[in-house]
Amino acid sequence: MHEIGIASSILECVAAEAQRHPGTQVLAVGVRIGELSSVDKDALDFAFECITHDTEWEHLKLQVEWCPRRQKCGACAHEFSVPDLDFTCPKCGSNHSTCIGGTELDIAYLELEEPCAKS
Amino acid sequence: MREIVEKKVLSENDRLAAELRQRYREQHIFCVNLISSPGSGKTALLERTLASYTQARSVAVLTGDIQTDNDARRLSGYGFPVRQIVTGGTCHLDARMVDRHLTEMGFRGPGLLLVENVGNLVCPSSYDLGEAAKIVLLSVTEGEDKPLKYPGIFHRASLMILTKTDLLPYVEFNPDLALENARKVHPEIEYIALSSRTGEGFDQWLHWLNALQHKFQQAAAAINS
Repeated sequence: MHEIGIASSILECVAAEAQRHPGTQVLAVGVRIGELSSVDKDALDFAFECITHDTEWEHLKLQVEWCPRRQKCGACAHEFSVPDLDFTCPKCGSNHSTCIGGTELDIAYLELEEPCAKS
Repeated sequence: MREIVEKKVLSENDRLAAELRQRYREQHIFCVNLISSPGSGKTALLERTLASYTQARSVAVLTGDIQTDNDARRLSGYGFPVRQIVTGGTCHLDARMVDRHLTEMGFRGPGLLLVENVGNLVCPSSYDLGEAAKIVLLSVTEGEDKPLKYPGIFHRASLMILTKTDLLPYVEFNPDLALENARKVHPEIEYIALSSRTGEGFDQWLHWLNALQHKFQQAAAAINS
């Protein structure tokens, strides 16, 4: 539902970063979306397509890396994912762990057009 | 050619939220952010909460809705400053809205700031408002599996309030299962069950709020000194 706002924030960031590379086309923007970020990947793709349509960003690709929830065991420091919401450490059986991944809502990188030698 | 950016998508909101958090600390404003689906009883909870406070208490309310000032009108009869934030279509409150309305309302601490977010279990969870705690409400007329369907907000909330417990005899709702599901997503989440209509469980809520406010203000005093 708020993916239009999220897509707009991504585009604002791309526009600001692009100003640092005048004359270079931005081909793609890479983002990380966590399972706990409350952002839906498909809705974000659709929102991004809508707000870039018929604009100078029409050809900008959105590359989404989906990040599942990850926990770190408080007893043995083992890091594990929890696809079935079972928080028991698979290594030592402890039930005490903290969330270390899955809340991402980050802009990771831009793909820029290779600069070509000008005559 | 890849250019590493490494920035939060909502970095501008996060920046404003950090400013708000600092302002809250400096002015001793204890802020909580109430989040739930529409109709779960956020406004009813606030009504009974305000009704329980004496006029000497320093309290203010910001209430968000997509349209209408109905909630502000409901809440304004208790003698405390209340301000409606009409988002005009936006499905959540953000730090900029809170900052502007708090400034215009002129509320200065020390005191309690109750923020009622737009009714929505998804989007409000992404926007930090500088609050000391997010509180998620779930009513017994919803499903016990809501925490599993909307893990983002149940993961971020410090407290889950089960509302409308006076309706339990009439609906098929298992509070233990709802709590079990919430703790699957967030093992440390605190839990209170109450009815804003009958007042059952309300003392526990008021006590929770007072205790956290006390803790917040002690921490703020320690940092500011």
